[in-house]
Amino acid sequence: MATLEEEAEVQSRRNAWLLSAPALVVLFAAAAGPLIIVLIYSFLTPATYGNVEWIFSLEGWKGIVFQHDIFSDNLVLADANLVIFWRSVKLSFITTVLTFLVGFPTAWFIATRSPRARALWLFLITIPFWTNLLIRTFAINQIIRNEGVLNTLLLKVGVISEPIRLTYTDTALLIGMVYVYLPLMVLPLFATIDRFDMRLLEAGYDLYANRWQILRRIILPITRPGIIAGSILVFVPCLGAYVTPRILGGGKNMMIGNFIDLQFGQGQNWPLGSALSITLLIIVTIALLAYVRTIGGENRHG
Amino acid sequence: MARRSFSVTDLPGFSTVAMMVFAALYAPMVVLVVYSFNQGQSPATWEGFSLDWYRVAWANDEVKNATVNSLIIATCAAILSTALATLAALGTTRRKGFKGQTFIYAMINQPLMVPEIVTAVALLLVTAAIKKSTGYTGLGYLIVAHAAFCIPFAYLPIRARLEGMDLTLETAAADLYASPWQTFRRVTLPLLAPAIFAGAMLAFVTSLDDVVITEFIKSPGQDTLPTYMLGQLRRAMKPDVNAISTALLALTLVLLSLFYLLTRKKD
Amino acid sequence: MIKNQGGTGVGKTSVEARQIAKHFGQGEAIVKALDNVSVEIGQGEFFTLLGPSGCGKTTLLRMIAGFESPTSGQILLDGADITPLPPNRRPVNTVFQSYALFPHLTVAQNIGFGLEMQGRPAAEVKDRVARMLALVKLEPMAGRKTSQLSGGQQQRVALARALAPTPKVLLLDEPLSALDLKLRKEMQIELKRLQTETGITFVFVTHDQEEALTMSDRIAVMSAGHLQQVGTAREIYNNPVNRFVASFIGESNFLPATLEAGKARLKAGGLVEVSGAKGQTGPITVAVRPEQVRIVAAGEPDALPATITNLVYFGTDTHCHVDLADGTEVVARLQSPATGDAGLERGGKVGLRFAPGAAQVLGD
Repeated sequence: MATLEEEAEVQSRRNAWLLSAPALVVLFAAAAGPLIIVLIYSFLTPATYGNVEWIFSLEGWKGIVFQHDIFSDNLVLADANLVIFWRSVKLSFITTVLTFLVGFPTAWFIATRSPRARALWLFLITIPFWTNLLIRTFAINQIIRNEGVLNTLLLKVGVISEPIRLTYTDTALLIGMVYVYLPLMVLPLFATIDRFDMRLLEAGYDLYANRWQILRRIILPITRPGIIAGSILVFVPCLGAYVTPRILGGGKNMMIGNFIDLQFGQGQNWPLGSALSITLLIIVTIALLAYVRTIGGENRHG
Repeated sequence: MARRSFSVTDLPGFSTVAMMVFAALYAPMVVLVVYSFNQGQSPATWEGFSLDWYRVAWANDEVKNATVNSLIIATCAAILSTALATLAALGTTRRKGFKGQTFIYAMINQPLMVPEIVTAVALLLVTAAIKKSTGYTGLGYLIVAHAAFCIPFAYLPIRARLEGMDLTLETAAADLYASPWQTFRRVTLPLLAPAIFAGAMLAFVTSLDDVVITEFIKSPGQDTLPTYMLGQLRRAMKPDVNAISTALLALTLVLLSLFYLLTRKKD
Repeated sequence: MIKNQGGTGVGKTSVEARQIAKHFGQGEAIVKALDNVSVEIGQGEFFTLLGPSGCGKTTLLRMIAGFESPTSGQILLDGADITPLPPNRRPVNTVFQSYALFPHLTVAQNIGFGLEMQGRPAAEVKDRVARMLALVKLEPMAGRKTSQLSGGQQQRVALARALAPTPKVLLLDEPLSALDLKLRKEMQIELKRLQTETGITFVFVTHDQEEALTMSDRIAVMSAGHLQQVGTAREIYNNPVNRFVASFIGESNFLPATLEAGKARLKAGGLVEVSGAKGQTGPITVAVRPEQVRIVAAGEPDALPATITNLVYFGTDTHCHVDLADGTEVVARLQSPATGDAGLERGGKVGLRFAPGAAQVLGD
């Protein structure tokens, strides 16, 4: 005979599923499920005006790396595609490093304020976090573009004689992405530093460490989980960025996100777009799994 | 030699960097807000205060239409996602780990992990097929899609509140002759209410901010404010976009402040 | 297993735990939180479950309330088996250790909660809440939120809330542990007053021996899921059945000995009158409370020779640590003299005597 507790446990598990079911249905219908469709579409044949024909084909996947030579119809390496992939990874990596370099001191600053002041500074970092990405990209663009506020100001003051041309450059894109994704770095760093036992610093100084050694040997190793979390949180959305490169990169300096968009717009190659989407998803999943494993490992030690 | 007192938590240059970061974060937004009140066409030179661009934006039927769409979608998506997230939070928190718990958590947080562009493409394929076969092109697609990616945001504060809730309160209610339903209605729900509102607030803001997914699955004429602005930016810079941005910014700020008031710990 | 000694003391049985067992885990890793515990609690009794943390006392209390179900055994209330009933169908109420006051309700709403859930008419609820507020002297606080009250006031609201539906049994789970010492003393008196005034059966859980001794009609001492001894405060203090009870309640000196014609032959030499002997053979342990040890001049008749090893001054008392001939350490608690040091000093040779009836043979 099942005891009362066993019965209660069975019922509790049933409740968990029953109560979660409506959310799971919506999430499956409008988030997880459609990804399967993308996978299927990546193995189909493109139709002439967008959409697909239901004929199995690997062209979509081949198209990521190869393209048909216009003259000989031979398969050749699709340089342009690889350049876009390389630029996406490179820019995402540089953005991650830059956000860390300015984000860590910021998070440290917030975490070492008095509780009252800390709440205020934290609120100031969360406002941009929740503010429309488009608006923020637009705002930074107004500052840095050729006829922007920065150039106007510098010309007026006479620091420069002609405007710094940033519009539609990788530099502009980089500035924009650092600006847009910085809060994603600061927040997890803050969460980790907030838990950091400041008495360890006293112990460190007591044992003759200087400030640099304190940073290198105590603070950074202990806050490693936060650094990894922040890096992932910046790197992953950077890689899939669409709005920021579209506005700041113009039509030429594309990243993967815009390249995918192109296949569903002018390119009219849905299978290629689908294959690119799945590729991006795989890269992101690998990054997230690596993160989970690292954090899991850290927790086992502690 | 005069020397500042030694503080163990001070690291050289950190405060300076932090100050510059905050300045850099806010300066562009301040400029944007200020220039939305600019009289002239130029987005870089100040020509005096005016509300012209707000008038221009407000007189524009496209903007009005987009505003209405944004508010309808955000409201419906917030209500739907918060209701679903509340149920899920009640189901998943406060019980011992069970088989499938990881799966449920992964499903709920899935929209946060998949790049938005990928979800957008996936939804484009699905909605295109449904639109073709059913002929329905209403706001329903956007509402359901928004509800889905708002669920993790609504779920977050509700789950946190439930996990922080003193379980003995419910035990005490049962001890005082409350049936399970009475316990939920009279104790759990009132205590959970602030978190539910906070979750709805985050869901609303999240829906209001979305560009990519909306851009991919909207039917013609279904612009929301962000997709309208994206369309405008593709063409020339227009100061009325500054005005719309400022209005959206203000709305976000109000909702966020409400959120903080609701979730603040009362001591 | 220790049988329930001396019946319930006061007539009819209110709560009875019959062969209650609670096991966690399975096989080798099984943990027995309660191991076949049986106890009867009389109507109108102030009954205390006393023991160290993890002894099973709170588990037993929660089973009476219905928050936990036993692996085997029964809980009876007024002779009826209530084991399968959920907590909201049991006419017993609990005062929680953390008070568990509803933060979204006022003091009056908290107190009226149980009555409302029972579906009592509004007028009755209002009237009863007013009476409860008066009983715990919190009338001016009726409209306040519970977070605006002090710890002692919250405690009284928790009491009033649990008493308002007039339960057959009031369960109190270490309700005083969050209060400071002075308030705790006041509440001890307050609790005893409430119990006498209402005539309700109180089952009180604590790890504080003083609390147990001052308030209880009877005490059940628990350890490791077993009942060690049940009895009045005096019985338990004066006649502890085993070493655990003797050392958990008050302090005791333990002296190895053997029985010899009804008397105990101490290992340290000397023959002392003892009580509690049940015809044991072989080595036994004799327990003597420190305040029952007398220090006399060395060489007096019937006194055990001892050497003073340490003197610790406690204000009202001075503890005198001595070694007996076989090296057994004994502590004597002496009233501190008004002046001087009573002529005792470290290393001094003295004699020891026990007060009549003070030496107790332990069961194990």
